[in-house]
Amino acid sequence: MEETLQKILEEYRKNEGNIVTILQDIEKTFGYIPEEAVTWFSKKLDIPASRFFGVATFYSQFHLKPRGRNIITVCRGTACHVKGSERLINRLFIELDITDNEDTTSDQKFTVEKVNCIGACGIAPVAVVNHEVHGKMSLDKMMKEVRKLKKSE
Amino acid sequence: MDKEIVIKVCTGTGGVASGGEKVLSAFQDAIAATGIEATFYEKCTTKKVGCRGFCSKDVLVDILINGEKTTYKHVKVDMVPRIFDEHIVKGNPVAEWTVEDDYYTFHEKQQKVVLSHCGEIDPEDIDAYIAVGGYEAARKAILSMSPEEIVDAVKKSNLRGRGGAGFPTGLKWELGLRIRSDIKFVICNGDEGDPGAFMDRSVMEGDPHSVIEGMIICAKATGSRRGYIYVRAEYPLAVKRLQLAIDMCHKQKFLGKKIFGSDFDFDLSIFQGAGAFVCGEATALMRSIEGKRGMPSPKMWRSAEKGLWDKPTVLNNVETFANIPRIILKGASWYRNLGTERSGGTKVFSITGKVKNTGLVEVPLGVSLRHIIYDIGGGIEGDKTFKAIQTGGPSGGCIPAEHLDIEVDYESLAQVGSIMGSGGMVVLDETSCMVNTAKFFLEFTQEESCGKCTPCRIGTKRMLEILGRITRGKGRDGDIELLEELGRYIRAASLCGLGMTAPNPVLSTLRYFRHEYEAHIKEKRCPAAVCRDLITYTIHEEICKGCGACKKVCPADAIRGTRKTPHKIDQSLCVKCGTCFDACKFKSIMKA
Ligand SMILES: Cc1cc2nc3c(=O)[nH]c(=O)nc-3n(C[C@H](O)[C@H](O)[C@H](O)COP(=O)(O)O)c2cc1C
Repeated sequence: MEETLQKILEEYRKNEGNIVTILQDIEKTFGYIPEEAVTWFSKKLDIPASRFFGVATFYSQFHLKPRGRNIITVCRGTACHVKGSERLINRLFIELDITDNEDTTSDQKFTVEKVNCIGACGIAPVAVVNHEVHGKMSLDKMMKEVRKLKKSE
Repeated sequence: MDKEIVIKVCTGTGGVASGGEKVLSAFQDAIAATGIEATFYEKCTTKKVGCRGFCSKDVLVDILINGEKTTYKHVKVDMVPRIFDEHIVKGNPVAEWTVEDDYYTFHEKQQKVVLSHCGEIDPEDIDAYIAVGGYEAARKAILSMSPEEIVDAVKKSNLRGRGGAGFPTGLKWELGLRIRSDIKFVICNGDEGDPGAFMDRSVMEGDPHSVIEGMIICAKATGSRRGYIYVRAEYPLAVKRLQLAIDMCHKQKFLGKKIFGSDFDFDLSIFQGAGAFVCGEATALMRSIEGKRGMPSPKMWRSAEKGLWDKPTVLNNVETFANIPRIILKGASWYRNLGTERSGGTKVFSITGKVKNTGLVEVPLGVSLRHIIYDIGGGIEGDKTFKAIQTGGPSGGCIPAEHLDIEVDYESLAQVGSIMGSGGMVVLDETSCMVNTAKFFLEFTQEESCGKCTPCRIGTKRMLEILGRITRGKGRDGDIELLEELGRYIRAASLCGLGMTAPNPVLSTLRYFRHEYEAHIKEKRCPAAVCRDLITYTIHEEICKGCGACKKVCPADAIRGTRKTPHKIDQSLCVKCGTCFDACKFKSIMKA
């Protein structure tokens, strides 16, 4: 880990970065923000860890807990909402047995999350399955994707 | 026989989602396989182009043979060999796959200024942009115009900020010019946080150079040497295309030191957001670039005086900047005359929801909502009736049928209780519940409230709780009045635009659709059959054929019945997900 963090630190120094860019790099590398990473940077840069956490908890792109190996992001922008995205989300939570206050399955296979709008409103409702955007999503299509992912696990 | 063949494939976010990249490489493979380029035809090229606004027909492919254009819709990889063989090789278009009249009327009724390059040129190729007159305006502004002349032209054009508030752009630039400082910044706001809006995304993905050129001209006008484009994290493709465009500009010396051989320096970089709606607000956005929590500050100073790192800053929206090169080249009065007396030019709207043609629409300011929904949008999907159009996203409101003939501009929309906002328009039909719609927007603003000021943080929470109980059938007498009172206070007392406009969706639906709220509260009924706690699904025994399709898909195992006999839903198990409703081919499942 040390080595990776050192690299991020060098990038930061070279590009005159800031807390947001450091956290973006950490998130990109680890898939979430591990506490150790924050402590490390806090010491190196002599910035209180609370400043890092303050920023990390403000923005929705930062996660403090590890996420699932498969990430399904359902868009709940207005157009998607009108075309029934809420039902997609409800169904996913039932299907994957994720409880209300969680977003990740207990075996860390899946994370289901909502995003405010990815701007693909013309093909609503939209879901992003492991970085691939799927338009005109139906319950049926969604479940097929989930089954495919379950199998390949 | 020499033919010039160009194949244009849409690769905006919508196009890619529908398989645009795969279709593109299928065409490229087909060309390579036949060796056409070298032997038979003079030129056969493929081009990726940006969004042409009609995403519901993606993947769209234009094939131009000696300039004659044929457009195909819903192109899939397996359709490519036939199109290639019959059309490109033999010259006979595959008629059954080409677009129909609605595609042409959709485009003909528009007037494209900002979108004129989107879907036409390759956004990843600076030469394509230069070929259509790109960077001519920047050259003119830098080499032969004074800052005052540029500001004057923008003022005369009557261009107003496209980010929502409609502040006159020329005035903003004039302030930026007048203030003396050795360091000044230009920022482009590409945060586009309004759900249901994707104009800025399409411009950044489809014509990134026009935004950069607008920023260069702004820098010259205000004397800035450093700029940032703030792009939201949810738009990875826009980031990629903008970065490519910036890199190419460096090579061409359109950015960097001594631009166009003058003594003017300007450089530009991208800052990626990290997912916070409030960062679209100018002061919050600047805190975000500084690496802090993106919270707005009270407007004691204008950003033009004290902005990024307390230095004078001119901040404009993506679409605002994209208009600038056109104004400089075609003239301020041309632009001004396109719009109304109060606002010049055209505006891009994203029209989505329950309308036939969903997509991007660019029209002169002053056309009617009816024109946008019916003439361009093709009317309501299915055989449903129009109920309302929601404009301005979570800061806006719902406009009912009686106001469809107003001329769209900043003031007229405000008069009917909504706002222009960034240009998102969502059409709602009889199956949309207005209380649920208002709740949807309030959920959004409540979640996105940064928490700095109390009226917004707590006020929106309380309003949401009230809406929550109304939609669950637990509404009380007096709730409507309470919502109105809270709404008034939040509007008056919040720190930034987020809070000030947050009650709008509720207040505007209360204004026009009060009876729907009353039905929820007094009769515990959702007239549009949307609110989950107020509806039940039942199976109509006489229609049900007992095929078992519903039983198979029910996630809660709530459906009972043997084959070929009518099925029944066990209400105590039903989770009201509606899966059975979609699965029934005989329409035997009732929702009420
Ligand atoms: C909560 C909130 C969100 C906003 N989001 C955006 C946005 O996503 N994009 C944008 O251009 N302007 C947004 N604005 C407006 C900006 O504060 C600012 O007025 C605008 O970017 C100025 O550019 P313009 O004059 O070219 O419109 C937002 C304002 C508020 C209060």
